[in-house]
Amino acid sequence: MTEAFEPKITAFVCNWCTYAGADLTGTSRIKYQSNVRVLRLPCTGRIDFMLLAKAFARGSDGVIVSGCHPNDCHYTSGNYHARRRWMIYRNLMDFMGIDTRRVTFSWVSAAEGARWAELVNEVTTTVRALGPYTEYKELALTGVE
Amino acid sequence: MSRIGVFTCHCGENIGATVDCAKVAERTRNVPGVVHSVDYKYMCSDPGQSMIKDAIKEHGLTGVVVAACSPRMHEPTFRSAVEEAGLNPYLCEMANLREHCSWVHEKNDATTDKAADLIRVMVEKVKHNTPLHPIRVPVTKRALVLGGGIAGIQAALDIANSGHKVVLVEKSPSIGGHMSQLSETFPTLDCSQCILTPRMVEAARHPNITLMTYAELEKLEGFIGNFKATIRKKARQVDEKLCTGCGMCITKCPQKKIPDEFNEGLGKRSAIYVPFPQAVPNKPVIDKANCTFYKSGKCKVCEKMCPTGAIRFDQQDELVTLDVGAIVLATGFKVMRTDKFPEYGFGKYADVIDGLQFERLASASGPTLGVMKRPSDGKEPETVVFVACSGSRDRAKGVPYCSKICCMYTAKHAMLYKHKMHHGKAYVFYMDIRSGGKDYDEFVRRAIEEDDVKYIRGRVSRIYEEDGQLIVKGADTLLGGEPVEIKADMVVLATAVQAQDGSEELAQRLHVSYDPYHFFAESHPKLKPVETNTAGIFLAGACQAPRDIPETVAQASGAAAKVASLFSKDELTREPVVAVVNRLPAPTFSYCVGCFLCQSACPYQAIEAEEIRGRDGTLIKTLAKVNAGLCQGCGTCVSTCRTKAIDIQGFSNEQIFAELMTL
Ligand SMILES: Cc1cc2nc3c(=O)[nH]c(=O)nc-3n(C[C@H](O)[C@H](O)[C@H](O)COP(=O)(O)OP(=O)(O)OC[C@H]3O[C@@H](n4cnc5c(N)ncnc54)[C@H](O)[C@@H]3O)c2cc1C
Ligand code: SF4
Ligand code: SF4
Repeated sequence: MTEAFEPKITAFVCNWCTYAGADLTGTSRIKYQSNVRVLRLPCTGRIDFMLLAKAFARGSDGVIVSGCHPNDCHYTSGNYHARRRWMIYRNLMDFMGIDTRRVTFSWVSAAEGARWAELVNEVTTTVRALGPYTEYKELALTGVE
Repeated sequence: MSRIGVFTCHCGENIGATVDCAKVAERTRNVPGVVHSVDYKYMCSDPGQSMIKDAIKEHGLTGVVVAACSPRMHEPTFRSAVEEAGLNPYLCEMANLREHCSWVHEKNDATTDKAADLIRVMVEKVKHNTPLHPIRVPVTKRALVLGGGIAGIQAALDIANSGHKVVLVEKSPSIGGHMSQLSETFPTLDCSQCILTPRMVEAARHPNITLMTYAELEKLEGFIGNFKATIRKKARQVDEKLCTGCGMCITKCPQKKIPDEFNEGLGKRSAIYVPFPQAVPNKPVIDKANCTFYKSGKCKVCEKMCPTGAIRFDQQDELVTLDVGAIVLATGFKVMRTDKFPEYGFGKYADVIDGLQFERLASASGPTLGVMKRPSDGKEPETVVFVACSGSRDRAKGVPYCSKICCMYTAKHAMLYKHKMHHGKAYVFYMDIRSGGKDYDEFVRRAIEEDDVKYIRGRVSRIYEEDGQLIVKGADTLLGGEPVEIKADMVVLATAVQAQDGSEELAQRLHVSYDPYHFFAESHPKLKPVETNTAGIFLAGACQAPRDIPETVAQASGAAAKVASLFSKDELTREPVVAVVNRLPAPTFSYCVGCFLCQSACPYQAIEAEEIRGRDGTLIKTLAKVNAGLCQGCGTCVSTCRTKAIDIQGFSNEQIFAELMTL
C-alpha cells in the first residue's frame, strides 16, 4: 500500500435521519475526514444492491449505508426492509468474493452529529488500512460495463 | 443538450474561509454541460437570487445547481427563485458545501477538491432531472370521529363549529365514554355528569354532527382528503326514528338481573336497556345474548309495551359507506381488570374493587345513590385502603409505564370517601405521588392535610380475608420498610390504564402505528403529537396514552384544528416525489411483470393493481400502479422491484446512477 493512499468513501444516506445528522455535525463544527461523498436518498429502503455494486465498480474503496434507527423510520418501515436486505446482501457479497469489510451499515439519527463524524472516521481508517479496492473494479471492467 | 448554471456561495466566511470558491467555480466551468459558473458571497440574499434569475434568462439555462448550504435549509428558497424565472423548480438542486464540507473539514486542497466533487455530482443529477408538478388532491370536507368519549365529543364539536360536517361513530349504545361514569372530577371536584351532559346533548343536536352510536368502523380505504369508510351500524332491535325514549319497554322486561356495564357490575339492568339515564341518544338497545326472546323464541313483552311500535326483532346490522377527508381517532382506554393480582384478591373478594367501581359507588346516580356501601353486604365501610400503582410501573406483572391519572384520582377517591364518612379512616399506599398539573399538587396536599387521609409510602404485598375482615399487608418504606397491616372494610385498587381492546386490529385497519402497549403512536413525540404517520388521521385523548380530562380536551381541540386547517382548502398540494410505474412507449408496454412485490413492500398500501384490457375488453395483463395520494415517496418499492419497472420521481435510478458515475 502506498503511503499517500486516500480512500474514496461513498455514503448512501436517508434524507430524514442520517443526512440531517450529518448536517448537525456541520452546525456543531465537528471535524472529520474529508474522504466521504454523501448521496442523499429519501429512505434506506430506496437503497438497493445495484447502487452499492455500482459504487464499487466506479472506484469506491468503501461504502457507508446509513439511515434512521429501527422504529424511527420517517416512512415507518423502510429501514426494516433495508435491514433485511443487508442481511442477504452481506452473504451475497461474501459469496461473490466482495470484501464485506468495505461496506458499513449503520444508523445515525438527526440528533447524532457526533456519531456521524465518528462513523466516517472509523470507516475511513479501516478502509485506508485495507488499501485501494482494485479487485472489484477490474472485475467490473471485464463485465458488461 | 443540457445548459447548466452553477452558483457557488461563500456563505460569507462560512464556506469561503475553508473552500477556495473562486477555484471551485473555475473548475466547474469545465464540467460538460455547464455553461455558466460563478461564485458569490451570499447566494440566498436578494441580489444572489437575482443573479440566478438573470442567468436563467440570459444563458437559457435548463438546470441550476446552487452550491451552498444544506438543501434542508434553502432548497425551497432557490427552487422558488428558479420558478420565478420561468424554469421548473425541480430542475434546481443544491450541493451541500457548508454542512458537509467547509464546516467539517480543514482548509486545504482536499476540502476544495471535495467541494468541486459535490458540485459535479449534483450537475450530473440535474442533467437527468425532469420537470415535476405538485400533486393536487381534492379534499372531501367531512370528518369522521371514532369514539364518543370526551375526546371524540370535543373534537366533533370543534370541527362542527368551524363549519364542517362530522360523523361521530361510537361503538356502545351511548356517547360519553368513561367520563360519564365518573362521580366528581379532580382537581375541582365538579360533578362529571353536570359538565359532560350538556356537551353530549350539544353534539347530538348540532346541525353539522351526525351521531352513529352502536356502530363501528368495518373498513377504511383511500387517503388524506379522500377516505372511504365503511361503518357497521349494529342492530339495536329498536327503530331509532320511532322510539321516543319513554322507557315503557324496559319496565316489563323479564330479564332484570344482568350485571350492568355502566355501573361496573355493581348494579343490574334488563335485557332491553339504556346504559344510563342521561344517555345520548336516549334510545334503548336489546342485548341479544340475554333477551328471553332470542334465547327461547318467546316473550316480546317490550314489543307489546311500546306505544310507538318501535321494537324491531327482525332488524339487521346495516353497512353504511361514507366519504370523509380526515379522521380523528378517539377510542379511549380501558382499565386493567386484574385477575393478574391474585395476591390482591380482586375478583375473589367482593369488597376489593377498582377505581371505576369506586366512581360508581360514590356517584349520586350510581347503584347506591352515592351512599358509601360496600358491595358484599351493603355495610358502610369504616376503614378503606386505596392502593395506587396496581399494575402500573410494574414490569414483572403489570405494565412498565405510569398510568398518570391514578395518583390524582386516588387522592380524589380518598377525599370523596372522607367527605361522605367523616369518622371513617382512609389509607393510601403509594410508591411516589405524581401530581404534576395545574392545582394538582395542592389537591393532593388538601387530601392529606384537610381531609386527614393517611399516606403510606410502600407497596402492598398481600390482601386476604380473615374472619370476614380484609387484611392489607404492606411495608412503610419511609419507616425503613417496617411492616404495616391494616384491617380494612373495603379496598380500592387504582389499576393500570391500558389500550382499548381491539386497538391493534383497529390500527391495522387504519394503517396507523401503535406502541408496544397498543396505544396509537403519534407521528413525532414532540412536534407532531396529534398526527399519526398516516396523513389525514389524527389522535385525541387516552387512545394515545393515559391522559386526564384537561389534557384530553386540549388535544382533541388540537386535532380538530388540524382537521379544520386541512378543510380550509379545496385541494391539497403535495411534493411530487412519488413512485411511478413506467409506461413506455405504448400504453400496454411496461417492464412491470405484475409480481406485486412492490405492493407487499410498500408501507403505505400505495400500490394498486391496474387491469390493462384490449379493445374488445379482454384482459391483457395486470400491472402495478401507484396511488400518488397515498405514496409518501420512500422508494422501498424501487429497490424491491426486480425488473426496475417502478421508479421514484426526483430520486430515479437514472439520476442516482448519474451521480454515481461521476465519482
Ligand atoms: C377511576 C378513574 C377516575 C378518573 N377521574 C378523573 C378525574 O377526576 N379528572 C380527570 O381529569 N380525569 C379522570 N379520569 C380520566 C378520564 O376518564 C379520561 O381522561 C377520559 O375519559 C378520556 O377520554 P377519552 O374520550 O379519550 O376516552 P374514553 O372515555 O375511554 O372514551 C372512548 C370512547 O370511545 C368508544 N370506543 C372505543 N373503541 C371504539 C371503536 N373501535 N369504535 C367506536 N368507538 C369506540 C368507547 O366506547 C368510549 O365511549 C379518571 C379515570 C379513571 C379510570
Ligand atoms: S317503549 Fe318503545 S318508544 Fe319507549 S323507549 Fe322502548 S322502544 Fe322506545
Ligand atoms: S415510494 Fe414508498 S410509499 Fe411510494 S409506492 Fe413506493 S413503497 Fe409505497
